[in-house]
Amino acid sequence: MRYATRRKIVSRVAEALCAVAVLLALLPLVLILFYVLKEGAGALNLAFFTQMPKPVGETGGGMANAIVGTLILIGLAGVFAVPIGCLCGIHLAEYPETRFSSVVRFAADVLNGVPSIVVGIFAYGLVVLPFKRFSAIAGGVALGLLMIPIVVRMTEELLRLVPSGLREGALALGATRGRAVFTVIVPAALPGILTGILVALARVAGETAPLLFTSFNNRFWSLDVTQPMASLTVQVFTYAISPYDDWHRQAWAGAFLLVMIILALSIMARLAVRRLERMNRG
Amino acid sequence: MTRSRDDGMFRFTTAAFAAVVLLIVIAIGVELWRQSFLSIEKFGLHFWTGTIWNPVSGQFGALPFIWGTLYSSILALIIATPISLGIAVFISELSPQMLRQPLTYLTELLAAIPSIVYGLWGIFVLTPIVRKLELAVPDPLKKLPLFSGPPLGVGMGTAALILAIMVVPFTSSVAREILKNVPMAQREAAYALGSTRWEAIKVALGYGKSGIIGAVMLGFGRALGETMAVTMVIGNNPQVSASLFAPQYTMAAVIANEFTEAADELYLHALIEIGLLLFIITIAVNALSRLFIWSMQKRTGRTVILRPAAIEEVAA
Repeated sequence: MRYATRRKIVSRVAEALCAVAVLLALLPLVLILFYVLKEGAGALNLAFFTQMPKPVGETGGGMANAIVGTLILIGLAGVFAVPIGCLCGIHLAEYPETRFSSVVRFAADVLNGVPSIVVGIFAYGLVVLPFKRFSAIAGGVALGLLMIPIVVRMTEELLRLVPSGLREGALALGATRGRAVFTVIVPAALPGILTGILVALARVAGETAPLLFTSFNNRFWSLDVTQPMASLTVQVFTYAISPYDDWHRQAWAGAFLLVMIILALSIMARLAVRRLERMNRG
Repeated sequence: MTRSRDDGMFRFTTAAFAAVVLLIVIAIGVELWRQSFLSIEKFGLHFWTGTIWNPVSGQFGALPFIWGTLYSSILALIIATPISLGIAVFISELSPQMLRQPLTYLTELLAAIPSIVYGLWGIFVLTPIVRKLELAVPDPLKKLPLFSGPPLGVGMGTAALILAIMVVPFTSSVAREILKNVPMAQREAAYALGSTRWEAIKVALGYGKSGIIGAVMLGFGRALGETMAVTMVIGNNPQVSASLFAPQYTMAAVIANEFTEAADELYLHALIEIGLLLFIITIAVNALSRLFIWSMQKRTGRTVILRPAAIEEVAA
């Protein structure tokens, strides 16, 4: 009897500890979001979006060039990664069982696990060294490489969510494989894939390490993709390790903006997938 | 006739794009090796055992960085593993159905926060807290190598904490997936023999052991390559020390900090050689973790779907 009671108590305690583990993980999440909101929202103003960085020592100014820079960089990344990622994902979804597909899937997993700083070195050797200059293109390539595995797996999974009846219907009507994929299956999964791409873009928009020696940084307004370009993340890094209070304030504002973009996109993506799942069931 | 040709074309074209992904991984390895041969040739194995890193005199020993990376990642693992497993068990075994989705989403959100934001938070919020904790360590304990040195706040301990927070979502999401794939019959059998809930969970964990090891290793791979947050709080001082208080350095951090300053070719090649080793270690750790998860898969006959965290948010 006493032994049984002890076992029950042990069970209860262990269950409670699991709940504590959840709280322990949520605590930093809450703390980070709280500080980003507290320090960041207050520091955000119109000047942050419209003005250029002020010279050292002057307060005020903003990150207009870095915001535009980040948009250009992730745009370049998308142009580079989306065609490769989507077509690769389509191949994996259409021919899931072949040996080639499992090798490619493994390669995508490996690429997903490669530290972003190493991907940065690769982009440096690929684009910066031959042209002897830091450039937005190099940064875009680095971010694109990081995006590819996410887009690949996302496309594959979402295509598999499409009801098989749709594919069978298209094939029964005499459509070729390619036609069935591009006119029936991909359009059915398109809202999911598009938001998935947005999430992947948001993910790489938060990357800093691979940009440090590819797109580098730029204190001036520049839209030239063959020149160094500012980005929100590198700017936040530069400001965070600086000794100036006003720069710290702006670093928090930049972090706030990044987190908001990521939250908004991830919520949008969830809504789109819900819709796809409803379609799948109904 | 044309139909089968069209189908072949479709297959070939999409396969070509799939092959690009494969080529990229190979190209990364080749490129890293090509860009680091000066240092590989000049220092050989001494590069990995040397403790002096002095670019001015051309001395490049990478041991302090390797030590910093391994030590910080292992410490992070020690903190993060019990928490991640607790979360996985809670979400898949204990939590009310209603809480499952939101809890999954919230833990995944930890993976969505950019490294740079962790770093910023680490510098301005976590570091002062850790410094207070370090000041509170009683004097007799300070004689231990683990707590020696001045309490600066920045250092190995803070880096390990930040890493642990960042690794939790990765390990817990895989562990949750593993637990989901343990056949219900395992738990039912345990209950039928009179087990308590926790004992049944232990049976499930035991059944999924190799998968769980895979999940932990996946988190380890993440921690090894993490750059910005660690760079911002670890103190960036190349030394081999067991102390949690000591400012140290990691492989990723030295690349991030010194790459654009590397004036001569040898210096650059030395940094890229560190990148090459980081690449090899992370691939090995990731591949090993896959093997563990696959062996779990063979046992259940079900496919464990591993998703990059970004997808988990969307598809969860």
